[in-house]
Amino acid sequence: MRRLPFSSALLALLAVGAAHAQYDYRLAPQALGDGAYVFVGALEHFTRANGGNIVNTGYIDTPAGAVVIDSGPSRLYGEQQRALIERRSGRPVARVYITHAHPDHFFGDQAYAGVPVYALPATREAIAANGDALADNLYRLVGDAMRGTHAVAPGLPAGAGRIEVGGRALQLIALAGHTDADLAVFDERSATLYAGDLVFHRRTPTTPNADLARWLAALDRLETIPYKTLVPGHGPVLNGPAAIRETRDYLRWLDAMLREAAARGVDLPELAELPVPERFGDFAVLRAELSRSAAHLYPALETQALRRLAPDGRE
Amino acid sequence: MLRLAWLFVAAWVVPALAAPPDDPLRSPAWPYMAERYFAGQTVRFDAAVRVLMPGAAEDPLAVPVYVDAGALADVREILVFADLNPITTILRYEPGELARPSIGFRFKVQQATPLRAAARTGDGVWHLGGAWLNAGGGGCTTPSQASGSGLWKDRFGEIDARLWPRADGLRRLRLQLIHPMDTGLAGGIPAFYLETLALQDSDGRTLARLQTFEPVAENPLLSFDLRGRGAVSIRGRDTQANRFAGTVAP
Repeated sequence: MRRLPFSSALLALLAVGAAHAQYDYRLAPQALGDGAYVFVGALEHFTRANGGNIVNTGYIDTPAGAVVIDSGPSRLYGEQQRALIERRSGRPVARVYITHAHPDHFFGDQAYAGVPVYALPATREAIAANGDALADNLYRLVGDAMRGTHAVAPGLPAGAGRIEVGGRALQLIALAGHTDADLAVFDERSATLYAGDLVFHRRTPTTPNADLARWLAALDRLETIPYKTLVPGHGPVLNGPAAIRETRDYLRWLDAMLREAAARGVDLPELAELPVPERFGDFAVLRAELSRSAAHLYPALETQALRRLAPDGRE
Repeated sequence: MLRLAWLFVAAWVVPALAAPPDDPLRSPAWPYMAERYFAGQTVRFDAAVRVLMPGAAEDPLAVPVYVDAGALADVREILVFADLNPITTILRYEPGELARPSIGFRFKVQQATPLRAAARTGDGVWHLGGAWLNAGGGGCTTPSQASGSGLWKDRFGEIDARLWPRADGLRRLRLQLIHPMDTGLAGGIPAFYLETLALQDSDGRTLARLQTFEPVAENPLLSFDLRGRGAVSIRGRDTQANRFAGTVAP
């Protein structure tokens, strides 16, 4: 047996160590029937343990290859998602749709080199403008699972309306409210609605770029879609309208609570002490998300409640 | 060698006299803070001083904090500081007899740090409350938004405010002053910030005095809980001797 020089042996060991250290998302698609699938993420915040996988992504199988909806929180997630889908469907992925510009939904784009990746125009712009800052923040929260990840803006604009891929009809629904641009995808054959983050289920909605009035209007629109199965952006898949109603109920309560508090002169940190209705009590990460939503939405409301003072003899 | 260096640092940092109490927040900077702010004085960690603050900074340029020492009697002064900020002192508040010892404000955070509120009671004892804030940071070395736009000059010195009666007989005053609050830590932009604020009621009685420092967020937004009668007059001054004044009707 030929002996390796010590330094080579050490390098080989390091290489083996590095290969083993690669984060494994253990992705397992859940079949929704008629070729529609979902990868369900954890009902948690970003942590090192979950690798940022707190999101639902999915795919719809067609004879021309799969249509993927959202590429996940990291390059590694995207690579593992793509490999798994292509192994199961036996064909290259046909195209990818990114629902919106939040980091848990698009950072897997890097894994889809050579595949057309689509998003609404405002989503493409937001990823191009803020992608690097979002990546920095996710590296800080998630750590090693983000290795090698950088933002890649989707290359193609998604239009609204009915399209066919491999003879399969999909409806692209262009909405807004959770962010400036939110895409929902409806697969007609399986009657599955991939709602993106316009709908949360048993997980507190997030609001860093939200416009609550537009979001509520978007929910009204989604309710008119003849879906049977709904895939929320976060939380378990379900049949029927409960998740849309739950999201609407929470957003309406949040808006009214913040406005009422601003009108009473409540300071932002004091909001954490206000009661929350029992019906939201089992939402995952409730208090943490409420605190974040207060930080996003309250400053505009509380300064509106103040009145300009007449400058009484500026000295 | 490294060990020797640590011993040297420890000897330099830890005050020679009475050792400060152990820090429940386990901050690496606590011995230094104890020396800077409380040398030769009595300090007690006390849950009666409440610090309401989110656990993580959603916006490092404006972390919202509400300090409440209302469970203590005879509070003369509240000192607020952040151990690991490049400029640690945030504000000193003297509530007086006609104000509750509580204050709401926003501050700029540079990195994860403990935020402390120390309430000095009439017997000279400092009662210390606090919490850790997780932060991505950069709040202190980022130029103010005002420094990047000419618009602020049109509104500089304007005060928005409102006074709310409360069920407990106190009155909540909230005010916002348009001011860049530049820390001096962003390249090429000198320190420029509000230094003092005084509140009086319509009988001319002083309700409270406040000293603010560089880390207070741009366009300071403050909450006070006051007694007193009638309108509240606000008088302020910044580091360039600009004076600000306004009166809030009840």
